This record gives sequence, C-alpha cells and structure tokens, in this order.
Amino acid sequence: MQLELSPEDAAFRQEMRTFFTTEFPQDIRDTVLAGRHLTHGQIVASQRALNAAGLAVPHWPLEWGGQDWTDLKRHLWHEEMQRAGVPPPMAFNASMIGPVLAQFGTQEQKERFLPGTANLDIWWSQGFSEPDAGSDLASLRTSAVRDGDDWVVNGQKTWTTLGQYGDWIFTLVRTDPDVKKQAGISMLLIDMTLDGVEVRPIELIDGSYEVNEVWFDDVRVPGDLLVGDLNSGWTIAKFLLGNERVGVAPVGASKRALATLKTNAGDLLDDPLTRARFVELENDLLALELTALRVVANSADGEPHPASSVLKLKGTELQQAVTELALDLAGPAALASGADDTSPLAEWARLSAPTYLNLRKASIYGGSNEIQRQIIARSILGL
Amino acid sequence: MDFNYDDEQNALRDAVRGLTTKTYGDFEARRTAVAKDPGIDESFWSKLADMGVLGLPFSEDDGGVGAGPVEIGLVCQELGRVLAPEPFLSSVVYAGGLVSAAGSSEQRADLLGRVAEGELVLAVADTGPGGRWSTAARGVRATREGEAWTLSGVADPVAGGHRADHLIVAAALPEDGGTGLFLVEGEATTRTGYAMFDGGRAASVEFDATAATPLGEPGRDLTSTLTTLRDITRIMGANQALGVLQSQLAATTDYLKSRKQFGVTLNNFQALNFRAADMYVQLELTHSMVDWATMVIGSGDQDDIADAADRVGLQISRAGRHIGQEAIQLHGGIAMTAEYSVGVGTAHLAALDLLLGGGQHHLSRLAARVGDHDEVEALG
Repeated sequence: MQLELSPEDAAFRQEMRTFFTTEFPQDIRDTVLAGRHLTHGQIVASQRALNAAGLAVPHWPLEWGGQDWTDLKRHLWHEEMQRAGVPPPMAFNASMIGPVLAQFGTQEQKERFLPGTANLDIWWSQGFSEPDAGSDLASLRTSAVRDGDDWVVNGQKTWTTLGQYGDWIFTLVRTDPDVKKQAGISMLLIDMTLDGVEVRPIELIDGSYEVNEVWFDDVRVPGDLLVGDLNSGWTIAKFLLGNERVGVAPVGASKRALATLKTNAGDLLDDPLTRARFVELENDLLALELTALRVVANSADGEPHPASSVLKLKGTELQQAVTELALDLAGPAALASGADDTSPLAEWARLSAPTYLNLRKASIYGGSNEIQRQIIARSILGL
Repeated sequence: MDFNYDDEQNALRDAVRGLTTKTYGDFEARRTAVAKDPGIDESFWSKLADMGVLGLPFSEDDGGVGAGPVEIGLVCQELGRVLAPEPFLSSVVYAGGLVSAAGSSEQRADLLGRVAEGELVLAVADTGPGGRWSTAARGVRATREGEAWTLSGVADPVAGGHRADHLIVAAALPEDGGTGLFLVEGEATTRTGYAMFDGGRAASVEFDATAATPLGEPGRDLTSTLTTLRDITRIMGANQALGVLQSQLAATTDYLKSRKQFGVTLNNFQALNFRAADMYVQLELTHSMVDWATMVIGSGDQDDIADAADRVGLQISRAGRHIGQEAIQLHGGIAMTAEYSVGVGTAHLAALDLLLGGGQHHLSRLAARVGDHDEVEALG
C-alpha cells in the first residue's frame, strides 16, 4: 500500500494540468466554470482541441488514435480535465460508438467513421431508449425489416440527448420479433438526414431543450450499416454500457463545483450549519475519489470492477447534493432564473435552480440508481 | 499509488485471521470471555504475543517488530471482525505508542519488550468526568516536590484500566504547564472496574497523592505527542470498526439468503436487497477512507495525520450508525439478542466511537477549518 503517485504518474498529472489550464481554449473553460450551457460550436471546438492534442480518445485502440495508458493515467487525465473546467470528450462519440466500432465494426466501417468520430466531424446521437423501453431496454420495439440490400426502419426513440445536433444515430432495432427479446436486437447506424427521420425536441423542467424524440418512418438504411452480427445488438449494448470504468463518478467536477460554491458562499460560510454541510460533502467526495482510485488501481484485464456501480450511484447522489446546497445558499436570488445578464443578482445564484432541476437526471440515466442497486445486490452480494 | 497488501501483509493477515477464527469464530466463545473478569481470553493474548503481533509497532531496539501502520491496521481489522475484547488498541497502539514516542530509552527498554511479550498490559488514563476527547488534561493534577511527582484526581472512563499493570496518565502540570504524561503502577491507585455496554472493560481510577514517574523528560508539556498518538489511535480504531462492519454485512447477506418468511428466503424482497446494497456502498466508501487514513500515518506529518483522523472519524461514525443499525433491522429480533454477533457488533461500534471521538466531534473540528482550503486533496 502506498499513497504517493509514482514519479512517472505525478509528471503525467502535471503535464495534463498544464495543458488543460494553459493551452485549452479559455472561453470554453469559462463557460463550464460558470455553469452555463455550452453552444454547439463550443462542444465541437472543445473536442477538436482535445483530439489535436491526442487527448480525445485515449482509451481507443492505438491505431485509431488511442493512447497506451494505464487505467490510473486515464483516471488522472479525466480528473484534471474536470478540475480545469474542460468538457470531457463527447460521450456518444468517444465513450460509446467509437469503442463499439473499434471492437465490432468492419474494417470499412472503422475507416469510414472512426477518424471523424474522434474529431467530432460526425456528431453521433444515441438511439436506445423508447417510450416503453427505459430500464427494461430489451423490450424495445423500433423495427428494422430487410428489403433487398436495405433495412427499413420504423418506430420511435426518445431521451436522445443533443439529438438536435446529430448527424448520425446509432440505434438498437428489433430484427427478429419471434425470439426471446434480447436475442432479436441488432445495432444499426442511421444517417439522420435520410428521408423519414424526424427529431422533435422535448422541453425539460429546467426550461432547456437537451433531449429529443427521434421518429423513424419507413427509413431505408443501407445493409452495410449493421454493426457486428445480425441479432447481436444486445451483446454490443452490454459492451457499450459496461465498457467504462474510468470517469463513472464525476468526482472532479463535483469537487470543483463545491470549491466554487464555497467561494460564492461568502459570509454565508460563517454559519456553522453551512460549514457542516460543506464538510459532509467534502468528506463524502473524498471517500468517493479514493474509491475511484481503488477501482482503477485494482483493475485487471480491463474488466469493469463490480464496484463501478458504487461509483455511479454515490457519484450522482453527491453531484445532486452539491446542486442542492447551491440552491439553498442562493436563496431568493435563485428565483431570477429567467433574468438576463443585466440582473443585479449573481449569475451562479440565477443558475442554481435550473442546475438543481437538470441534474435530477443523473440518477436516472446510464442505468438508473435502482438498476445499480440491483447490480450490487445480485452480482456482488449474491442476493 | 497502490491500495493492495503485499505478500507479507497478506501472510500476516491470514495468520491473525487463523488465530482469531479459532478463538472467536464461534461467537459464544466471545460471549463467555466477556461474561467474567477480566473480560478477555488470556491464552489468546499470549498467542498474539507469540505471533509477534503485540510488538508490531515498536522498534526492534525496544523489543518490537518495527512494522508500519498498514500492518497494525490490518491486525485491528481482524480483531474487529470477531469483536475481540482484548486491549490491542488501548495497550499496544495507544499506551505503547505513547511510551514509544515520549519515554526515555530506559523506559522504552523496560516496558515495551514486556508489552510485546504479553507480560505487561498498559492503559491510558486521559480523561475525567465531563471530558469530551480534549487533549488538555482533565481530572488529574500533577504535583512536584523536588524530584518526586505525585498525582491526584480521578480518571474515568479508563479503557482496560481495571487490569492494566501500569497506567499512562495524562495530568495537568503545575503552573498551567500543559499536559504531562506519567507512569503509575495500577496497584498504587484505587480502581473501580466496570463492564461497558459492548462487553469491554473500563475503570474509574482514583489518584490520591499517588507516586508517579514522568514519561520522558520531567515536567515537559506533551500535549502535541498525546494529540498525535490519539489521532493515530483514532485511525486504528477505524480499522477495527471496519472489521466489524465487514462482518456485519457478511452476516446480513447470509441471513437474507437463508431466512425464510412467507415461504421464501428474504432475498426475494427487493426492499431488503436494496438496503443491503446501500450498506455495501457505505462499506466500500469507508474501506477506501480507512486505507487512505492509515497510509497518511506513514507520512509522519502531524497536521496531515490530524486531518485524516478527523475525516476517517466522521466517516466511520456515519458508517457505523448506518450499517450497524441496518444490520439489526434486516435481521429482525434475532439481532436484538446478546447471543448473536450482529447486535453486539453494533454496540461495539458505538463504544469505539465513544472512546475515540464520535462523528459530531470530528464534524465540529472539520467545520472549524473548512474555510481554510478550496478542496480536499486525496493524493497530495
């Protein structure tokens, strides 16, 4: 047992810190640090700045732009990024479809899609959830029927995050309705500019338009856009969802948000109750960060550590708890969520309520926290 | 950065676990041991000595093994797993640690070898009525006449004080000179032993112009030494509590899988499984924090150790309440009985907290300095 980073890892961390705080576009960091939404252009610029430095897709295979890093190095990369207010690489591209194509795609698919995916020349959306298939994803109904060389797709996806910007969407579709539900699913890549694809925005409780419905009406998709084997979509989906062991818990971002809030709190920090709430959150975040380190330090063979569920569960709870404290400290100023920048009220306070409401999503997406409890109970505790 | 035990540490853990399981694997043996004075299994204590465990923290020159905090911590965890009532924490870690840190070379040579061999049991008398984990001496005053020192007052509760051969006493030095540490023969005091609610033993100890030998240089204020040793003991106590928590979760999941109600085993009820999952989450977070705090001791930095002690103290206290209470609730009535380990474990967790500093205490200390930093650094 040893607490210190090796000299090599410490130097690597410093290298990351220097890049993120001195070479990365400042306007993007300022937007993140202030808690504002990034524009489409900023997200693209951010991804390209990371990609140009070789930092967008480090976990991909080397030949497609990956880095030969240990899990600990990836953890340090991810933490330093969050600390500096650098947006992590676009998850749908970097963490989801990229690794899937690298693992299951044909050589032609890899060459066609991976470079543009890493550079966000192609903006991917995720087409998994449906109105009647949430946590029970395998009950999805969007169908793809073979017609000549093409697939004809009909159905509806929902909760498609930032689908309004999507160029392509990777979907799970039912290709065999007559077998056990998991056995009749395939993954299909769909060009969102095709006839019959319609994106309809959904307004959320914070007033944002972050997610969408995506409708498919007799959309003809060329046959070479099937990923992996026919009816192997469930296996691919499990790979995609279980692939991530680093960055499952947003530790760095929550620590930064809490530190910023402490500065914003000003005189409110004189209140013993407020101080106690900061202490409890700092301590919980420390325990979480150390657990994330234990998980990456114990990694073997790249298999997801079962305690990843702990990180997702506790990480999202703490992320939400920080936003609750911000709301409480903002007080009446939080009501001015619709005021513009001429408002005499502090921006962080005006943003606190939308942020609080928006982050209720964190314990629902990526396998709801109840699903995580189920995983812990079943696969770890054997219940 | 590494959170794994090396081969030697694993071997030590296996050896200690073999012995603790043999002695207290059957919970009835623990119940028997604490039922009558002195409340411990003397032969188990001798075997720990034979294994070298009682000399782990002391330097080889003083008759010990010179092991580090990780080794000491894993022994504490193993003792915690079986709720061992033996005074490893109070005699070896805390009292032995004070002798090690503050004693003269003669005192260390005289005492520590015998502690390591199991011949001598020490206890620390560091608090009096109304005390709340302050390192300012309370209840006992030291008086000097020439080279001779005497102590007067009351120390209570003194964990393990009922049978300790020698007491290390924290006493107020003359003329507001701070806190001194003194060595006193147990039999020279008036002791009233009692059982604590977890089966452990403590005593009320009266000093009435009792002859005492200063530990180390006479008249020196040892508040700082006492503070650090108490912080280290706090962290080791968290290791012991971690062992208790691990046993409690294991017992609870076993029970959910075997106990039948409504014709099915309890793990058919999701409400119960989810609560067990939350216990696991809490346990893993606590485990990380305990490992971290234990490693911080190795840094030797007094302020860092103090901070780690407060942080792990808060975490282990919260976890002890959460897991300890849920373990009883998920078992139901059986865990309310003295013959079952789970409820007694919850009592033991509460006792450890009360001896070493509870969550409220650590929260209060951390809150006092929360404005001093932007964020908490895990890796420095």
